[in-house]
Amino acid sequence: MTNKYDAIVIGAGHNGLTNAAYLAKAGLKVLVLEKNEYIGGAAVSRELHDGWLYSNCSYVCTLLRQSIHRDLNLSRHGLMIIPIEGNTAFGPDGQYFAEYPDPAMTYREIKRHSPRDASAMFRYEADLTRFAKLIRFFLLRTPPDPTSFKPRDIKELIYMGTKFMEMGEENIYEFMRFLTMSAGDFLDEYFESDLLKASLATASIIGTALGVYSPGTAYVLLHHVMGDVDGSLGTWGLARGGMGAISNAIAGSLKEFGGDIQTCAEVDELLVRDNTTYGVRLAGGEEVYADIVVSNLDPKRTFTRIVNKNDISPELRKKAENFKIRGSSGKLNIALTGKPSFPSFPDDNLLQKGSFMFVDSLESMERAYDDWKHKRWSRTPFVEMTQSSCFDPTLAAPGNYFVSCFIQYCPADVEGGWTEAKRAEFADSVINRISHYSPNFKDLIAHVEVRTPYEIENEVGLTEGNIFQGELTLDQLMFNRPFPGFAQYRGPIKGMYMCGSGTHPGGGVSSACGANSAREILIDLKRNKIDGQDVVPKEHEDA
Amino acid sequence: MTTTKHANLSASEMATRIIEPPYKVDRPKLKLAHEIDHVQFGLLKTPFYQRAKTFSWTESWGNWNGYANALSFKDPYVEYFSTRNTCGVYDVSAMCKYRIRGKDAEAMLNRMVTRDVSKQGVGKVAYNVWCNDRGRVIDDGTLFRFAEDDFRLYCAEPNLDWLMLSSAGYQDLEIFEESDDIAGLALQGPTSCALLRAMGLGEVENLKPMELNFFPFPIKNPVKNPTNNSAKNSAKKPTGEIMISRTGFTGDLGYELWVKPELALTLWDELFDVGQLYGLMPFGEEALNMARIEAGFILPEVEFHGALHSVKRDYDHSPFELSLDWMVNFNKPHYNGRQALLEEKEKGPKYRLLKLDIEGQKVAEGSIMYSDKACRNEIGYVTSALLSPATKANIAMALIKGDAVDGPLYAEIYYQTELRWHRKVSKGTIRTKPFWSPDRARATPPGNC
Amino acid sequence: MPDTEYDAVIIGGGHNGLVCAGYLAKAGKKVLVLEANDNVGGMAASHPFADGYTASVAQTLPQLSTRLIKDLNLKQHGFELAHDGLPTTALDIDGNHIQINGSSLHGVSDQDNKAYLEFIQMMEKYCNAVKPFWGKTPPRIGSGNWQDNATLAQFGWKLRTLGKTDMAEFMRVIALPAQDLMDEFFDSPLLKAALSWDFNVGNKLAPRSPNNAILNQLLRNIGDLAPANSYNSGAMPLPKGGMGGFVSALQKSVESLGVSIQTSCRVQQVVVEDHQIRGVLLENGKKIECPCVISNADPKTSFFKLLGARHLEVQFAHRINRNRNKGMVAKLHLALDDLPGFNGLKQINGRLLITPSMAYIESAYDHAKYGEMSEQLAMEILIPSIQDPSLAPAGKHVLSANIQYVPYEIKGGWQQHKPALLENALSKLEQYAPGIRQRVTAHELLTPQDLEAKFNVEGGHWHHTELCIDQWWMNRPTYGASQYKTPVSGFYLCGAGSHPGGGVMGLAGKNAAAEVIKHDNN
Repeated sequence: MTNKYDAIVIGAGHNGLTNAAYLAKAGLKVLVLEKNEYIGGAAVSRELHDGWLYSNCSYVCTLLRQSIHRDLNLSRHGLMIIPIEGNTAFGPDGQYFAEYPDPAMTYREIKRHSPRDASAMFRYEADLTRFAKLIRFFLLRTPPDPTSFKPRDIKELIYMGTKFMEMGEENIYEFMRFLTMSAGDFLDEYFESDLLKASLATASIIGTALGVYSPGTAYVLLHHVMGDVDGSLGTWGLARGGMGAISNAIAGSLKEFGGDIQTCAEVDELLVRDNTTYGVRLAGGEEVYADIVVSNLDPKRTFTRIVNKNDISPELRKKAENFKIRGSSGKLNIALTGKPSFPSFPDDNLLQKGSFMFVDSLESMERAYDDWKHKRWSRTPFVEMTQSSCFDPTLAAPGNYFVSCFIQYCPADVEGGWTEAKRAEFADSVINRISHYSPNFKDLIAHVEVRTPYEIENEVGLTEGNIFQGELTLDQLMFNRPFPGFAQYRGPIKGMYMCGSGTHPGGGVSSACGANSAREILIDLKRNKIDGQDVVPKEHEDA
Repeated sequence: MTTTKHANLSASEMATRIIEPPYKVDRPKLKLAHEIDHVQFGLLKTPFYQRAKTFSWTESWGNWNGYANALSFKDPYVEYFSTRNTCGVYDVSAMCKYRIRGKDAEAMLNRMVTRDVSKQGVGKVAYNVWCNDRGRVIDDGTLFRFAEDDFRLYCAEPNLDWLMLSSAGYQDLEIFEESDDIAGLALQGPTSCALLRAMGLGEVENLKPMELNFFPFPIKNPVKNPTNNSAKNSAKKPTGEIMISRTGFTGDLGYELWVKPELALTLWDELFDVGQLYGLMPFGEEALNMARIEAGFILPEVEFHGALHSVKRDYDHSPFELSLDWMVNFNKPHYNGRQALLEEKEKGPKYRLLKLDIEGQKVAEGSIMYSDKACRNEIGYVTSALLSPATKANIAMALIKGDAVDGPLYAEIYYQTELRWHRKVSKGTIRTKPFWSPDRARATPPGNC
Repeated sequence: MPDTEYDAVIIGGGHNGLVCAGYLAKAGKKVLVLEANDNVGGMAASHPFADGYTASVAQTLPQLSTRLIKDLNLKQHGFELAHDGLPTTALDIDGNHIQINGSSLHGVSDQDNKAYLEFIQMMEKYCNAVKPFWGKTPPRIGSGNWQDNATLAQFGWKLRTLGKTDMAEFMRVIALPAQDLMDEFFDSPLLKAALSWDFNVGNKLAPRSPNNAILNQLLRNIGDLAPANSYNSGAMPLPKGGMGGFVSALQKSVESLGVSIQTSCRVQQVVVEDHQIRGVLLENGKKIECPCVISNADPKTSFFKLLGARHLEVQFAHRINRNRNKGMVAKLHLALDDLPGFNGLKQINGRLLITPSMAYIESAYDHAKYGEMSEQLAMEILIPSIQDPSLAPAGKHVLSANIQYVPYEIKGGWQQHKPALLENALSKLEQYAPGIRQRVTAHELLTPQDLEAKFNVEGGHWHHTELCIDQWWMNRPTYGASQYKTPVSGFYLCGAGSHPGGGVMGLAGKNAAAEVIKHDNN
């Protein structure tokens, strides 16, 4: 193996692989280095129990950009995204609110809870869609630097301004308001049914160290509903074969373009000379050289672990240390030997296959957050149980079930640190919560994988186990992501770039960070055009 | 809540101690499925469905507010002609119905809609539109006035949210939904009055257009319900009343009949017992659509996009743009969108909805409109089009930019002949009057056919 | 304009109403101010709560500007400062207090002291950038109006001239929660909590609430009464005679300018005929005709109670209705027969804060969120009678405290819980000032509901409606009314529910007056 490349990408998560694939597509000789023995980062499928395939980190996807899917021939490399049919939120006594794929059914379902809300849903959806459509234009674009006078930034700012103005005056004010307010307050303006609000509010706290009534969560809500599966806005999808199928497909594409991947290769340090990078040193001491090094690690890890303290300014180091990357989510991946029964929910309901959200109410969700603030897992957590194997026959044998349970909130650091006993206690609390709704759930369990932020950090490498590689708060979005002045994927060291979810547009398995970063690298190399066509496209106007 | 219970803590501990909110995690007893109301899957069946389906050869059902709505029964053309030649019934049970009652009902509705509700007498029906703050149409519907302080609003789509928002500031008011509590049939066509008279509803002939009245019902037959296996109950015939309004969506003579759902089948049976002699048949949405285009009636989500559903700016329309100028009243107390409409009236609307007669026989469905035959200057698009069976006109309703309405109008028409697609450009001529508007639709009494 | 006795009627004699009246009168308008209560001042008034003891509902003037004092000749009418910059003491139960006096700190590590200077420098830069916009009508986007465009351009320019780094940093810091901002600068939990107090006070926001760290602080720092170079969070000018001193000077001033003021005169309804403002109808049945009515009341009272939603557009009314306006602060007034002694505090020379840590504040908030009450209350305490003996009988004192977080609605009702709130507050005070309980001869406790009833402010909110970034500037109280002009021609807002918000600064009144005059001239 040679040790000289055109570009090195640190971390074989989906963004790193996307980045590398685009670079390779432009003709660069690329190497992706991965510390684990498997690739995928947080988008993996692993057989952790005999006969069950686990999407043990991320478990659903909606933001994966269609143009990337197409550009990188991901279908040919085995990727297929299947829509999830809907989801059901449960109240404490078993009352439920179900969101069906058919709007007329959903209308009737909301009407069951509140006729007024059923009618208000149209207004809510139109308003949210308006915001979502606006943001979607910016996903596959590099954020402009508002402090810059460069023609490119000014042009991009004008483009943004134009898109804003197209919404019309009132909607600009509404959007400014929406960006800064809490999901709870936002939903209160539309609906009266608490269970409906709680169901919709789930999107506003997933992966976020904030409560439903914390300002700024309305945006997080939008972040979770602005994706689509085949144009159906707000629909979530599963990758056939688990989330690993996404990483594997992108890796397949990368290899086809001539790129290399090396696993079990943990990067220890970024090699820098004269404020210019020339490669990386691996944990074993081996050095690999390249003029371009792209970090797919989260910004905090990148600048506090990989980059030498002396190679960056103390201000930047401080910014990295202050970077908000709070772990707030846990996961239980459970192999079941049969279909769990839900006695409050009719057996013939088609959403028996969908995802179940145990929410109770907005207040109980907010209280769950209060627990997190006190450094302990929520006494009544919000649990989202996705029955992945109902949609994907590759995950478990017929009759067996794989369910992925996402838990909010679970702190990165509990009083006294995480121990085996505490982990078990945490798992019990979640299983008890589910068992309240499904009495036979416990009996069906064949295997449970418990993942607190501690495991997520140690296995995947996400600091504090934050699933977005950094909180999606306004101070860390767009041109503030990851830090002001560094939002255009370029690091402070010449030749060094960032491509993780810690950059714009943030987490959510979109691959957009990796693609945007590749575009910037290729622009710097003046290689973003092949036959007059952009190698890395911007968001299509049809999007 | 006193401090004594923490007496064993030092002052320092007391001052800084963080007391967490008390929070019980006890969970209530789980309700079982049979204790919970569930949503019914699939299309809901209207109270007339049981009878209507026996007429359906095409088994072609659409979805209207979740209810199965017949698109056609046998042949849309035959059904259409029932509304022009004899009479037909169209199931309107799926409409949304809202009751607005109370001393403030009139004032509240008057603030909501563009016409003057205070001028609408008791026993009258009025077609209305209501706008958002920017004077863009949210929806349209018919407002029935039962008493000084009692109204019912009929509209094609849910509007409860808007009614509730519009009720802010009114105290003596109750608003509730009655959508599932009333079954309705639109009986339309020249023989409709004669049929009702033959059924024993003689007074109907005195109803003027846009009037309503109540009559005792049923008139003769008990309900015939073949699936009702409770023989004891079937002997007891439900009694009640029927509300008849001289309204409709076909532009011809017609009535709408409203009863409680439990009387629906009785109504159907009584109509069809007599109806054989009057050419009665059910008609579906396709036939209705043909009739309403001839009559020049607009349809929400076809002619215009409801302002509250609109995502893109200015993809909704004002009453002026929809050529409903006659409905915008500036001589009444404040109503929603008034200021914006006043400004628009001064500036002139950006679009106008025009009724066009297109030359030739090719239907201008979905056509883009141009001001020149070469199709260079785009000026609008066709919303509905029909080759009118009754008048033989080639009708198109088109939204045309305000500054282009006085100039030449051309439709770019794509049509298929034996699977092959063709394009032609046809001139359109503006028609100010509806294509179909027979005298009998306005005459009282209307005559026999 | 039709011939009426008055050119403008102002509903509510709060300080913003009076300021608005003053500026209108200066422009030659005949103005009538109608106040429902017996005296003017609204929440900014002083009132005797016990025999010989006077307290003001809002008690400091950090946001007042010399410009306004000069414009309205307040000094000639008796306005005087009892103290030009009260320092703040963050109380520590064991006596290790932190003194915040202008730009200097006492009782903290060198590290924190150094960080504080950096912090102040940063804040001053931001304050200066934003300052011009508090005293200006918020712009509209895309209205095409040159003034709006000029304001927007000026805003952009002000941000740009902060310099690349500071501009970028400003856009990040504005979105931070208080806790993160404090953590970035300081170590001492007590200092962090004390400094964060002003960020959230009055609002349903706590140290962990994003997007709100510095907005309130920027607002509090627009005044210039405190000595030069003193960062206002630690220096608060105190008027002589309490807020009453300020308000009575203001009253005299505007009366001398020809403004008529009628107290005990409650407006029942704003009269609208033919889509025009015709005047007001008083509760006593009298009608005052006037083409221009300016409401100093909060937005909900103004639009729903006074004007009536039926004269508004539906979506506009909904936007007013969705304003968050539930108060979170209770006011405690104690009559003390002697000066209390605080643990380890030699001299009480200003504002005292009971805020041991941000977690403590957050915890108090957590209770209030659910309509509960924390036993551990966070408090801001003033004993204004030290600087201004006129407030209490000789040798006696008045203590007034703001208590956060006290929910507007409490589970079980305030009738039942008010004694417990008083008890919690007193026992908290007792921990820091042992023996204070015995010195209390009279007390008054005002929950947000009491403030609502007493001062006709729906929700009993300090700022009339939450002062947070989503209800700020062009969204205050909502677009369509953020330029003081409302959708009903002739009806204006001039209260704290408009830009720039609450606090005693009079800018809402001043800006509103400018808009009324501008509109008249057109």
